[in-house]
Amino acid sequence: MSHQYSAPGDHIESTKPVTVSRYRGITRLNHWVTALSLILLAISGLSLFHPSLFFLSGLFGGGQVVRWLHPAIGIVLFLSFFLLFLQMWKLNLPRREDATWVAHIGDVVQGNEDKLPELGKYNAGQKFVFWAMTGLILLLILTGLMIWEKQVPLWEPYAPWAATIPARRIALLVHALSAVGIILVFILHVYAAIWTRGTLRAMTTGSVTGGWAFRHHRKWLRELAKNRKAPDNHNTPAE
Amino acid sequence: MTERAPQPTTAAANPPVQPLASNLLPSDVVRISATANVPAPERQLDKVAKLIDVSKCIGCKACQSACIEWNDTHPAIEENVGVYENPHDLTPEMFTLMRFSEYENPQGDLEWLIRKDGCMHCEDPGCLKACPAPGAIVQYSNGIVDFVSANCIGCGYCVSGCPFDVPRIHQTAHVSKKCTLCSDRVAVGQGPACAKACPTQAITFGTKESQIALANERIEDLKSRGYENAGLYDPQGVGGTHVMYVLHHADKPGLYAGLPDDPRISPVVESWKGATKTVGLAAIGLAAAGAVLHGLFSKGNQVTAEEEHEAEELVVKTAAVQPETREEL
Repeated sequence: MSHQYSAPGDHIESTKPVTVSRYRGITRLNHWVTALSLILLAISGLSLFHPSLFFLSGLFGGGQVVRWLHPAIGIVLFLSFFLLFLQMWKLNLPRREDATWVAHIGDVVQGNEDKLPELGKYNAGQKFVFWAMTGLILLLILTGLMIWEKQVPLWEPYAPWAATIPARRIALLVHALSAVGIILVFILHVYAAIWTRGTLRAMTTGSVTGGWAFRHHRKWLRELAKNRKAPDNHNTPAE
Repeated sequence: MTERAPQPTTAAANPPVQPLASNLLPSDVVRISATANVPAPERQLDKVAKLIDVSKCIGCKACQSACIEWNDTHPAIEENVGVYENPHDLTPEMFTLMRFSEYENPQGDLEWLIRKDGCMHCEDPGCLKACPAPGAIVQYSNGIVDFVSANCIGCGYCVSGCPFDVPRIHQTAHVSKKCTLCSDRVAVGQGPACAKACPTQAITFGTKESQIALANERIEDLKSRGYENAGLYDPQGVGGTHVMYVLHHADKPGLYAGLPDDPRISPVVESWKGATKTVGLAAIGLAAAGAVLHGLFSKGNQVTAEEEHEAEELVVKTAAVQPETREEL
């Protein structure tokens, strides 16, 4: 079993027609907990970000509720994303073909898949989303803990500088900028998942069609095809 | 109770005794937190100010007691740690605090500087700028900056917005608290409780104009007695304040328990509440609208039937050549 381009658990489910299992149930659950948290955080966060959106706090029971609920969901998202990170980071490391893919971004947008290099489980765009989310979530949780009024005293014994007002001002600005950034990345992520037809089912039912895998992630498909028969061949001579 | 109370001109005079209606109306508000278009008020109240003459203060804390009594706050009983400051800091239950500083002047003499700390009621309030809750902070046309607890969400943004480190978040009520300049007393023609209680008239109250005139008299007197750097603290970086100090060392406000030399709303707060807010929301709105529109009109990136077929072939072929490739692996 080779896992240079695929994750453990990825496998070909059937051959006629070909369907490929892309995400296990636990990974999908993990993804949707993260997604729901991010949506709730975006709505509650925007209500405090711009006065014209303050009415959104009503969805949660008012500004007083948003004050504590937003950071609480933030912790859920951080932990949930951390589990996703553990499962996905390796296949999101940059590879040589990513540079070629980025250089041909025009063909990506026009859907000229035949002019693009063969790819593993993720393309450079997906990797960008992954690492952007990782970086921004780290910034958001760090600055979020600094501006969480109730938790400010927690910093005093360990990092008194973080409890100072000048540090909290910077944290507020960085938190707002990162939040705008992560919402933009989120829009890109959702848009790309919908635009690339046949992608959404990877996160709902867990599988994609063989044609989808062949078109977008051929190296991943090749590896899974090779892995498919491997246990049988291995066992036969020994028995 | 048809007659409105007069605007207060001093804290020293006794208040009118007949019942009078409030003269600080919702329509006198000129700024409201997280609210863009505040209707222009029909009348302009006289700008008021509290003047704290540090050189006349004897540190008796009558102002603190009067503040506690009038605002019905209940500061915790704390331990004596060997300094006069009590409580140890401004708290949600203590809106004003005598801060004691020991200063050894160039002549080698010890000066005991006492400054009554509390909200400065900035003409350009940083707390109000930072506040995300509509109506939680208001500014009246007489200059008073007031917190409206009913609208406050306790987020603490005002704490970061304030150039003077004044607001404090109440840990059980979850609202921000600070000096109101006794807006409820001013509304019925009286001066603030602290000014009323001050035995040396180190704290006075009236129109800002009258208080500046009084300050100038005091500064002239101090200068004639050798305090050549005596001056008025009415920092222009925040548009002037409605609580002002007469300082014997106006060239060094920092001597008085770290009073800022040139306070202003932090540029970090300005950019957070300025460009970031506007540009950020516009970027999100454009991206979302663009994605929806493009999503509706684009036919998307479709997988072809041929590719499905090729995938099948790839999987079957790989299975067929498996024995050889296994050896290589």
